[in-house]
Amino acid sequence: MRITCPICGERDRREFYYKSAAVALERPDPEAGDGVWNDYLHLRENPAGVTRELWYHETGCSAWLVVTRNTVSHEILDAVLASEARA
Amino acid sequence: MRVEGKGLINRGHPVSFTFDGMRYEGYEGDTLASALLANDVRLVARSFKYHRPRGILTAGSEEPNALVTVGRGARQEPNVRATVQEIYHGLEARSQNRWPNLTWDALQVNDLAAPFFGAGFYYKTFMWPKAFWEKVYEPAIRRAAGLGALSGENNADSYEKAYAFCDLLVIGAGPTGLMAALVAGRAGADVILADEDASLGGRLLAETHEVDGMPGAEWVREVLEELGEMPNVRLMPRTTVTGAHDGGTFGALERVAHHTIGRAGTPLECFWRIVAKRSILAAGALERPVAFRNNDRPGIMTAGAVRAYLNRWGVSPGKMVTVFTNNDSGHRTARDLLDAGVHVAALIDSRHDAPDCAGVRVLKGAQVCDSGGRLGLESITIRSVSGEDKLQTDCLAMSGGWNPTVHMTCHMGGRPVWNQDLEAFVPAEGAIPGMRAAGACNGVFSTAGCLRAGAEAAAEALDALGVAGGAVELPAAEDDPYRIAPLWAVPGKGRAWLDFQNDVTVKDVKQAAVENFRSVEHMKRYTTQGMATDQGKNSNVAALAILADVTGRAIPETGTTTFRPPYVPVSIAAMGAGSQGKGFAPQRFTTSHKASVERGAPMIEAGLWYRPSYFPVSGETTWRQSCDREVNMVRESVGVCDVSTLGKIDIQGKDAAEFLDFVYTNTFSTLKVGRCRYGLMLREDGFVMDDGTTARLSETHYVMTTTTAAAGEVMRHLEFVHQGLRPDLDVNFISVTEQWAQFAVAGPKSRELLDELLDEPLSEGDWPFMACGAVEVAGVKGRLFRISFSGEHAYELAVPARYGDSLFRLLMARAEEKGGGPYGMEALNVLRIEKGFITHAEIHGRTTAFDVGLEKMVSGKKDCIGKTMSERPGLFGDDREQLVGLKPVGPVKQLAAGAHLFNEKEEAVRVNDQGYVTSVAFSPTLGHMLGMGFLKNGRARHGETIRMVDHLRGLETYCEVIDPVAFDPEGGRVRG
Amino acid sequence: MRFSGLRILKEGLTGNRGWTPHWRDPAPKSEYDIVIIGGGGHGLSTAYYLAAEHGLTNVAVLEKGYIGGGNVGRNTTIVRANYFLPGNSEFYSHSLKLWEGLEEELNYNVMHSQRGLINLFHSDGQRDAFARRGNAMINQGDDAVLLDREGVRKYLPYLDFDNVRFPVYGGLLHPRGGTARHDAVAWGYARGADSRGVDLIQNCEVTGIDIENGVVKGVQTTRGAIRAKKVAMVVAGRSGQVAAMAGMRIPVESHVLQAFVTEGLKPCIDHVVSFGMGHFYISQSDKGGLVFGGDLDMYASYAQRGNLPLVEHVMEAGMTLMPMIGKAKVLRSWGGIMDMTPDGSPIIDKTHVEGLYLDCGWNYGGFKAVPASGNCFAHLIATDRHHAAAEKFRLDRFRSGVGLMDEEGTGAQHNLH
Repeated sequence: MRITCPICGERDRREFYYKSAAVALERPDPEAGDGVWNDYLHLRENPAGVTRELWYHETGCSAWLVVTRNTVSHEILDAVLASEARA
Repeated sequence: MRVEGKGLINRGHPVSFTFDGMRYEGYEGDTLASALLANDVRLVARSFKYHRPRGILTAGSEEPNALVTVGRGARQEPNVRATVQEIYHGLEARSQNRWPNLTWDALQVNDLAAPFFGAGFYYKTFMWPKAFWEKVYEPAIRRAAGLGALSGENNADSYEKAYAFCDLLVIGAGPTGLMAALVAGRAGADVILADEDASLGGRLLAETHEVDGMPGAEWVREVLEELGEMPNVRLMPRTTVTGAHDGGTFGALERVAHHTIGRAGTPLECFWRIVAKRSILAAGALERPVAFRNNDRPGIMTAGAVRAYLNRWGVSPGKMVTVFTNNDSGHRTARDLLDAGVHVAALIDSRHDAPDCAGVRVLKGAQVCDSGGRLGLESITIRSVSGEDKLQTDCLAMSGGWNPTVHMTCHMGGRPVWNQDLEAFVPAEGAIPGMRAAGACNGVFSTAGCLRAGAEAAAEALDALGVAGGAVELPAAEDDPYRIAPLWAVPGKGRAWLDFQNDVTVKDVKQAAVENFRSVEHMKRYTTQGMATDQGKNSNVAALAILADVTGRAIPETGTTTFRPPYVPVSIAAMGAGSQGKGFAPQRFTTSHKASVERGAPMIEAGLWYRPSYFPVSGETTWRQSCDREVNMVRESVGVCDVSTLGKIDIQGKDAAEFLDFVYTNTFSTLKVGRCRYGLMLREDGFVMDDGTTARLSETHYVMTTTTAAAGEVMRHLEFVHQGLRPDLDVNFISVTEQWAQFAVAGPKSRELLDELLDEPLSEGDWPFMACGAVEVAGVKGRLFRISFSGEHAYELAVPARYGDSLFRLLMARAEEKGGGPYGMEALNVLRIEKGFITHAEIHGRTTAFDVGLEKMVSGKKDCIGKTMSERPGLFGDDREQLVGLKPVGPVKQLAAGAHLFNEKEEAVRVNDQGYVTSVAFSPTLGHMLGMGFLKNGRARHGETIRMVDHLRGLETYCEVIDPVAFDPEGGRVRG
Repeated sequence: MRFSGLRILKEGLTGNRGWTPHWRDPAPKSEYDIVIIGGGGHGLSTAYYLAAEHGLTNVAVLEKGYIGGGNVGRNTTIVRANYFLPGNSEFYSHSLKLWEGLEEELNYNVMHSQRGLINLFHSDGQRDAFARRGNAMINQGDDAVLLDREGVRKYLPYLDFDNVRFPVYGGLLHPRGGTARHDAVAWGYARGADSRGVDLIQNCEVTGIDIENGVVKGVQTTRGAIRAKKVAMVVAGRSGQVAAMAGMRIPVESHVLQAFVTEGLKPCIDHVVSFGMGHFYISQSDKGGLVFGGDLDMYASYAQRGNLPLVEHVMEAGMTLMPMIGKAKVLRSWGGIMDMTPDGSPIIDKTHVEGLYLDCGWNYGGFKAVPASGNCFAHLIATDRHHAAAEKFRLDRFRSGVGLMDEEGTGAQHNLH
């Protein structure tokens, strides 16, 4: 699997660390209630298909990326900086 | 027998080798298989289950029978395909899975018991009496099972791994692959042409076809010459592409030195990771045997293999050969043998409309229905309209048709598609992104068709790559059609083999169906069909066809075959190259490593780092003596310890303070410049992630320390919180762990030591507990932190790493002048346990701030990572196990980490579990053992007596529950 | 048909003509008391125990492919009860006890072989953690022995004790740990359930779950609608998709775990060995292949295949720990899809829909759990009460934080367990 880091270009999967679905970017308000927080931290869409997820270019430029990827074919469709994906 | 005037072997270069202790001679260019056949050795192996005599079936890596052990001692290699192993002077090969010898194998008795050893028999028996499975049956089965043996010694050969990148990877160097490489190479694309054979050329080396008006082998030589001169083309013989993976990545095994006795400095194998923008699969096709009664005798081979042995190696596997085929390609075998002067007894073609073949009797619409012979083929029985006839023959060349080598196209989940005309599976299109299957592996079986397909596939790849060129003139070659009438199994009684190695017969497949193992996956798993070392390359399609037949379904409806990587078995040593010994993980050394080793300190692993366990001095014979001395030294004078392994993260930016307030539970924005603060970090789920001190060097500059273990995790976390959650904050991080050598100078005399050492004495500055700032040592700029992990008046002095070694030596010397010296991990651990300081033994990922008594550090005034979830009802309260200290009070004074805690009178079983011990040490300061641990509602139970039980080490100790801070609870020493 | 040595003998002497199907292939009925979605190991054992222990036989198991085709047929066959946290301890202990009687229970040789499992440790800290685990196992009534370095050498003389990156400090031996023949477990339960009247329906994919006013009514399938009073979801690897049919989002992320088998070799590894520093575990099958595996590929996946970085890492771990296996050749690799949960422990629970039950989230632990998972899930379905051995496997523990069972201590990141 190869991911095109927006900063470094195409690199092998072994340079990256996988965290989770990109929902981790949508941190709820501290007072949002335990249901919302449970949803945020634990529950997952977990699609068999295209998903957005967080990868960290750990042995590269240290950028956190939002990678759009297919969980069935492993095809990588897009990778953008997490800092910009959020904005 | 060797056939004069045939073959591509070097007859001027004889090579001697042994098989089962007998010396034989072959020629350079021979495989072990061709050389054995040249020496009329037919019996080379025994089958897995029935221990039937077995000979060579094929001429390639798909060989299921002729597996041998090569070499001796630590270099012994089991399960080597004789068909792939090139011979060299001194090659020592032995047959395997037989006792006492190949000719007389005791376990051939299994063959007589075959009626009781049918498909899945073992699921139905061996159950009585219950204990016998493990004591009697299974050990016997295990001894009998297995093929070759590992030596049991540490691997003694060297292996390598490598990366390669290219525009176009061509897999297979037969006519298709050569043509593709030629076209792409001439156009200037970066091409890798890989083939598992030692000689590139594929079937062109095994057939008598002409290409471009010259013998096929000659055309191959010319093409290779041209390719060899192209700087953009890399030829990789002896390299099997083993797997197709995501992103155009392929695994490939290069057998670098298996054909030599071993050259110094050369790895035996190299495992390649090839990244290709495009790929062409030109892997050819594999011939199918036909199932008939006793079709497994030595001397019965695939027809294509017989041609290969004849044309490439100048060997006829028999003196009187018979051909049995259901398609036209079998006729070539008869023709080539006749042309070479080998006697062909008959050509049996199952098709009623079979063509004639000059020079040989063609029995049309006939079938071979049995074979005879003890350790090798002596006769066959032919069934035709006129009845059954016996024919004397010592070699039967059989062809049940050809299966395109679709394997690689299945590696990413693609399912091959049934082609009715070919009676075979062909690759599903687009099964591997960027890959095109071409030639025989795509169902094109003529030479001209393959050349054309190779050129077309290359042109398509060039187009996709945006490389101009690709037009070439195709050389002329045979373009015979492929005509076949399916024949999977010849009807009749007895056992007809499908999976030769695993001894799976047509009957087994039928029985599986009767027992309702009708799904192809069920059949496979129930009978072990296709699970031998050839992974069903020779047998899966036939087995599927038979299953389809008995279940009354069409083949595509019944299922398909699928193959998983690797295409051929790959050694663990090759894929794990570089790891044996110390190579598995990086070794990280501190700057004090050398000096510590010189002092005789045993160095122990701490994550990837090595740290000194203790520093023995003369007269000390146990680690405890050294440790106790070092602890006393720190408590009484001064000790020096390298703490560089702790993570150090430099944090800068105008919003650094706000950021730290968000990642730490406590507040760092209020920290004064020139001061440090202990910080606690939670995971977002509310559990403790890490702790450490962070120093504020300026308004916008902090240095964070993490534990050694969590340095990487914390760095990742900080980057995530910043980039992912708070990109609005102006802050940057960099790990400076390696840039600074940092030493703890701890003990009542630490200040005195530093006063003397530093260019400017401490007394001149503002250095209360938790102060930090810039200092100079002999003109070298460093940093000093007044922090303590020992509970003593202590400092950590950091200098750029290049000064670490000299500073450590200097510190040791100065400390020793004051009655102190270096201390290691053991003493460090005792010192922190005496003070109740936590490490990852306590913050092991399941503990909360509440558990370790630090809930007050979670600021109520602000949000931080983990705060909300730490307020979940399950994360605090009396039911939680809380950090306590433990002190032995009964007659037994021993404590053990990992022991569990129970109430005094209760039985030591799970339901009574009250907690567990995390850390223990003998405290020389207090004169007894001390423990830390977690106890249910522990903070409310100080003073209680609790029972510590360690079943594993037979220990039971009564302890008093105490405050975790056993020594100097007021903290006077650290501030003094 | 009852299996026995005598039956083998009789059939062998009479041409093996008397064998009968291990299970029927019934057409689905329009209604069942209980429909189990998923014909893997857990679904089949659930069906078996519903019939055998609760007398509930008007039950269908719906399987979209072939029975036993999920993770029960693609794992490293390890059976153990060496957990240490409450909840897991009693459950896996219960499971191991069921394993120990399984051949007699099912009249099927699942080849459960208690050859002993050794978890190696490589530092004082790891020793302490394994000591805690071993003591917890004994507290639970299971067995554990703490071995020092020389103790390990006696069992596993072939390890590299001298020139190795992470020296062996010792090991935790679990004598009752071992392996079993994975497919046989699925088939044994299938045969047992079928013979008691349960309908095993293959090639029948559930496409919808019918719910009316918060009560389950049945399922839609590729072979028509089937009404049911109770519906049980037990589809590890597809839990999220099936739960979504009932409008649920569950705490599961799917990951691929690869495993490997080598060519057959004469016996060389007698135990199950697990490497504490490298995520590597290995045993040798009765056929002679070395069966081994490592960590997840570490990205969400539904593809039953992985990539080279993990493959190589696993091989590297093997080569540093036991370099004698270097010349064993990997014959086949495969991947299974793991339901990874935020604490690494499973879920056996009711759902917000009346009559709808959920068994999922087995992480790496599914194979050894097959007997107890079915046993406890059947108990829950039949009685609407949690089985004592599985009462902590609640769905709401993540929300409340009560009773989390995070054996790895890695927290709420699904793939880290």
